[in-house]
Parts: sequence; structure tokens; C-alpha cells
Amino acid sequence: MTYKQRIDGRKFDEMRPIEAKVGVIPRADGSAMFKIGNTWAYAAVYGPRNLHPKFMQDPQTGILRCSYNMMPFSSSGERVRPGGSRRSKEISLVTQKALLPVLNLEDYPNSVVDVFIELPQTEAGSRCAGICAASMALADAGLDMKDLVSAVSFGKVDDKLVVDLDYSEESYPDGGVADIPIAMLPNSGKISLLQMDGEVTKEELMKLIGMSKKVLMDIYEVQKKALKDKYKGVED
Amino acid sequence: MKMSEIKVKDKEISVPGEVLAVGMDVLPGAGTYREGEKIVANRLGLVMMDGRTIKLLPLSGRYMPKTNDTIICKVIDVGFNGWRLDTNSAYSAMLSMKDATSEFIQRGANLTQYYDLGDHIVCQIVNVTSQKLIDVTMKGPGLRKLKGGRIIEVDANKVPRIIGKQGSMVVMIKEATQCNIVVGQNGLIWIDGGPMNELLAIQAIRKISAESHTTGLTDKIKGFLEQNSVPKKTHQD
Repeated sequence: MTYKQRIDGRKFDEMRPIEAKVGVIPRADGSAMFKIGNTWAYAAVYGPRNLHPKFMQDPQTGILRCSYNMMPFSSSGERVRPGGSRRSKEISLVTQKALLPVLNLEDYPNSVVDVFIELPQTEAGSRCAGICAASMALADAGLDMKDLVSAVSFGKVDDKLVVDLDYSEESYPDGGVADIPIAMLPNSGKISLLQMDGEVTKEELMKLIGMSKKVLMDIYEVQKKALKDKYKGVED
Repeated sequence: MKMSEIKVKDKEISVPGEVLAVGMDVLPGAGTYREGEKIVANRLGLVMMDGRTIKLLPLSGRYMPKTNDTIICKVIDVGFNGWRLDTNSAYSAMLSMKDATSEFIQRGANLTQYYDLGDHIVCQIVNVTSQKLIDVTMKGPGLRKLKGGRIIEVDANKVPRIIGKQGSMVVMIKEATQCNIVVGQNGLIWIDGGPMNELLAIQAIRKISAESHTTGLTDKIKGFLEQNSVPKKTHQD
């Protein structure tokens, strides 16, 4: 088996360096930035606000609308054509489904909370970075939330189980690759997103979820700190 | 009985999902919820201990309409029986003809002669339903149509700070800038005075909302207003 060491020298259960900041977009009701390695995500939250088209309004509860957008020259490969694609539409949907369990929008009937996730540059793990940024931005917008959401990807490169695959691993040529994004509510340990591209056995999957839990808690601490840092000085 | 353990300090920032206290003899207040033994934060906010209750003071977020709030609204539609108003929140308000004025309004009268599209008015919320239908009234002291001046928008959570205790802060700005100022609880503020004085008042208000968390703010704003005061016009020049 040839994959003995990770290409960028990380340990197998080590993620790329992360950075988070809250309140990066003044005009938005809530905003945040989340960087993991060379994948950068910016999230802006608007609302609760009036929902149009009107047929989408729900008198029972407010709705969450997510938009995931990769900028044209964000990836190392070919130019991403601007505008929605099949891929971005799917990721917008899974992002919405990953965030909805923590939100309580029942106090905002007929309204909408809009989340816009923009990715100026990406190198794998972009939906996870987007979810991390969006959950911070939602908290910054002052919405009722049970918990934050932290997300990371993990998988298998050749025969090695790894956390937070980067692009070179995702496209590893000499062996099978599995790429599994996960989103978790850190305080309850519940999982709100789990997708899989590639193949792993059940035992490997359980082991990987265990590995990712530690990383997710590290991400959660960074998210928490970023939120508290925005209001630093409010205490005194 | 075992004493409960409080995990956070008073006036600390808390994020959603954070455990604030463990134990049954502490009570969850606004912005928190109970999960078994634990009291958990439901939003981003400032921890306030109030006796045995833990509550969270919101630091951000859009305005939510509340009964008895005095707000500044913009007329966005005129119908048969009244006016539809933009409240700077997710929901629009309804001002019915009978709440608009004590004058007699002829049947079929053109309602735009009272309030036209785009007019700003100061009104008070009478009722908010569970579906967030809002009724407002113009009957009350200080409720009127706003003529001239300009409107600025601030974070609705900062409004209490801009008004100050018993209106001390806003009275100070009014006196220093000789502007008429109306602060709506929905975060819209109307300012009317000379152009330079209006600018000074806006600067002062922006300063308050930027430094709303600091202590001794009234003195700081007082100093700021004195330093930047617009000289009164004299007849010599």
C-alpha cells in the first residue's frame, strides 16, 4: 500500500489550520468567515424578513433558504461557470437541511431567513466550511438556536483513514478514495449531515466518525471563540 | 438538596448551545431553555443573573414587533380602510382609518390626503397576533406624521441606550444640536434641524451604537458634542 504519509505532512487525524471571524459583512444581519486550509467560506444572513414569492410562505413557521456559491476562479481546476449548477443546488439543499435542526423559526411565521454562502477559493471540504460559517452567521444574526453546527470531511485514501481531505487527496490517483462530509451539533452529538462519495465498510465508518468527533470539537471551540471575540469588551 | 452549579459569570457572552447552569433550583429565563438538569443558551447574548433566574440579553438581531412599542413606519400602501406600513421588521403593520385620526373621514375619501405613499409616521403598536398581524394607532401623545428632516437606521437592540435613562441621552443630543429627534423602538430615528446639526446628531448616535457596551457613555457623548458643536450664526459676518 503506497499511501504512507499525507501529501501535506499532516497526521492522519489532523485537520488543516482553521481560522474564524464573525461580523465580517456590516450590511448583513449576521455574518461570518471560516477558513480551513485554502478553503475559504463567507456567510451572510439576512432576516427574518418578508418572504416572496408569496406561495412559499408558511403560516406555521419561518423558512430557511440557503445559497451555496463558488466564485468563478475559486477552484484550482477549470473556471466555475457563474450561476447555479446541479452541484450548487444540491449543496444548498443539504446545507439547509444540516442547519435547520438547530433553528427555531416558529416565532417567525410567513417569513424567511436567507443564508448566502460565498466561496472565494476552495480546495476540498467547501460544503463543510460553508456550514461552519453559516452556523456562526446565524448565531450572529441573533436567531433562536439550540446549538451551533460544526462540520468537517473525513474518508479513506488508499487504505488509510483520514480526517479533512484536501484536493490532492480527494483526487489521489493510485488507489480508492472515499470522501464523507459530516455535520454535527457539538453539544448533543447529533449528526445533521452525512454524505458519502466512494466506499468504506461499516466498521471503518464508525471508526471515522469517532476520529472526526475530536476534530469537530476543536472546530466548535474556534467557532465559539470567534462569536465571543466579536463582543469582547461588552462584559466590562 | 444539592446546590446547583452555575457555569458562567454574570455579564459574560454566551453562544447558542452553551450550558449555563446545572441543577433544578436555577430557573431558565428569556433566551434559555431547560434540558434535563441543564440550562442551555438558546441564542447569542449577555448572561444576566436575576436572583435564581438566568436570562440572556440579546446583542443582535432584527426588530420584533411588540405591543405598546412606539415605532417609526413608512407608508407602503393605501387601501379602502387604511394604510399598510413598513415596520423595519419581517412584518408590515395596518393602520385603520378609525385609528388614524379623530377627524371625520367621508366615505370614499381619498386617504392619501392624510398619509401618502412614502410618508413616515410615528405610531404605536396596539396589538400583535400570533401570526404577526400588527395593528397600530395614531392616537396618543407625540404620534404624528413626520415632515422634513431625515431618517437613519440603527440596531434596534441599541435603542434603549440611545434614549438613555428617562431619555437623558436623547435630550442631551437634542439640546446640543438643536434638532428635533424622534427615536422609534424599531431602530428608525428621525432627525430634523440644520444640515450641520443633523450631521452632528447622526455622528453622536452612531457613536452611541458603536460604543453602547462601554460605561460612562453619557459623559463621553457629552464631551463629543461639546467638542464638535456647530457655532451659532451671528449677525456680524
